[in-house]
Amino acid sequence: MKTFDYVRPATVQEAVAVASEPGAAYLAAGTNLLDLMKGAVIRPSRLVDISRLPGLDQIEELSDGSVRVGALVRNADLAHDRTFARRFPAVAEALLSGASAQLRNAATVGGNLMQRTRCAYFYDVASACNKRAPGAGCGARGGENRLHAVLGWSESCIATHPSDFCVPLVAFDAVVEIEGRAGRREIPLEDFHRLPGDAPERESELAPGELIVALRLPAEAARFAPHARYLKVRERTSYAFAVVSAAAALRVENEMIAQARVALGGVAMKPWRARAAEAILSGARPGAALFRRAAEAALAEAKPSGDNGFKIELARRIVARALTLALAGTPARVPALPASPFAAISGDVIHA
Amino acid sequence: MSVSMTLTVNGVRRAITLDDPRVTLLDLLRERLNLTGTKKGCDRGQCGACTVLVEGRRINSCLALALSHDGADVLTIEGVARGDRLHPVQEAFLAHDGLQCGFCTPGQIMSAIGLIGEAQAGDDPERVREGMSGNLCRCAAYQGITEAVLEAQKALAAASRREVA
Repeated sequence: MKTFDYVRPATVQEAVAVASEPGAAYLAAGTNLLDLMKGAVIRPSRLVDISRLPGLDQIEELSDGSVRVGALVRNADLAHDRTFARRFPAVAEALLSGASAQLRNAATVGGNLMQRTRCAYFYDVASACNKRAPGAGCGARGGENRLHAVLGWSESCIATHPSDFCVPLVAFDAVVEIEGRAGRREIPLEDFHRLPGDAPERESELAPGELIVALRLPAEAARFAPHARYLKVRERTSYAFAVVSAAAALRVENEMIAQARVALGGVAMKPWRARAAEAILSGARPGAALFRRAAEAALAEAKPSGDNGFKIELARRIVARALTLALAGTPARVPALPASPFAAISGDVIHA
Repeated sequence: MSVSMTLTVNGVRRAITLDDPRVTLLDLLRERLNLTGTKKGCDRGQCGACTVLVEGRRINSCLALALSHDGADVLTIEGVARGDRLHPVQEAFLAHDGLQCGFCTPGQIMSAIGLIGEAQAGDDPERVREGMSGNLCRCAAYQGITEAVLEAQKALAAASRREVA
């Protein structure tokens, strides 16, 4: 690991000032950052420790009914906050399907948005990677790429964004609050992460020094609570990143779908909102054929970036199944195996 | 660059001077404080062998920067027994063969203590397995580990009922 200056600012403004210089990186829990630094994947010259900044660890309801989650709230604390989990059960389920209990105890909300891809060619400094070293080429193209992107990829980068948490968040129109040298601004999460295009090294809309201070979920998102699920295919039962995942939420009135939300994970370099699927579902009578049609619309633009064509049909099936589970109703409690695709439609685990 | 920090480790306050900001909490415990019960398995947050409790919460000490935990309260495997009396989780791991080679065991036990404190799993073995999935065991003692966690949880609950009574 390259050595670095360690600074622990006392205020957000001070943090932004010291992090605006080239080579600086923010440190919250460090669960992804230290891993990347140990592998020399990233080599910051200054760590700005934001873990003790005051006022960023609250979960609060605002006067308009929206919920604001501070950037330093730990993943486990958010998932186990009863009020939050009751209003946004698919978000709690996504959080609990990610990483391990130890990591969820440390990792923060803001850090989750900022985590880097798990592409092996990004991690391996002996491989070519346009994201790590712009212009170097892409080892994943023509390499081991069965887990890579099927949507929104480019010739320069076929990596995926690894977050579970972000998938239901983008479905529910979450907003990211950002503090920078010019003051406070906010961006819809859907516009926060960038697709690779020809500049895969730029992963988000953050300017140098800008800091995520909070996330906001609009009041409307809680109206989906009775029919909201997250579903995630992994290569092992627990403690693995998504091969493909989906968040599905329905607002059901008089046995018809009044409103639907669908988003996908593990398919692109950003959490993927599937608005075409939502349009098909809205106003329609729920059922297997409708869900399949919505799933096909969600993946209409998908194309393999390598040996990963299977992910397209897998994603369609996961969308359809997530919708089926959402229609059946949110379980009273997050299932023992959160987001498991092996759970019966009733929500009970069938492979216990 | 030399930086001073303090840690309370297993109830004892320790003043530490670090000459390098790169030291992880794991390396601080093992190499500066000679507490080698906490193991370095993968050193990348994938195996759980380095699990300790910080402010009562289980975390991977290999992915924690020591400086960032200045002033923290840390519990390691060396601090869980009371003299010669083993912690109920340690007792249960012995009773249920929750180990073979033993390398992952300190992390398993610290993780189990953390899991019981979180009080999310109840008596559901599936929730215990899921809650312990951050601790890998190459000898595959998982069945014994699950049984040990469930029994230790019962023993601790019974002990706390006795204390209340």
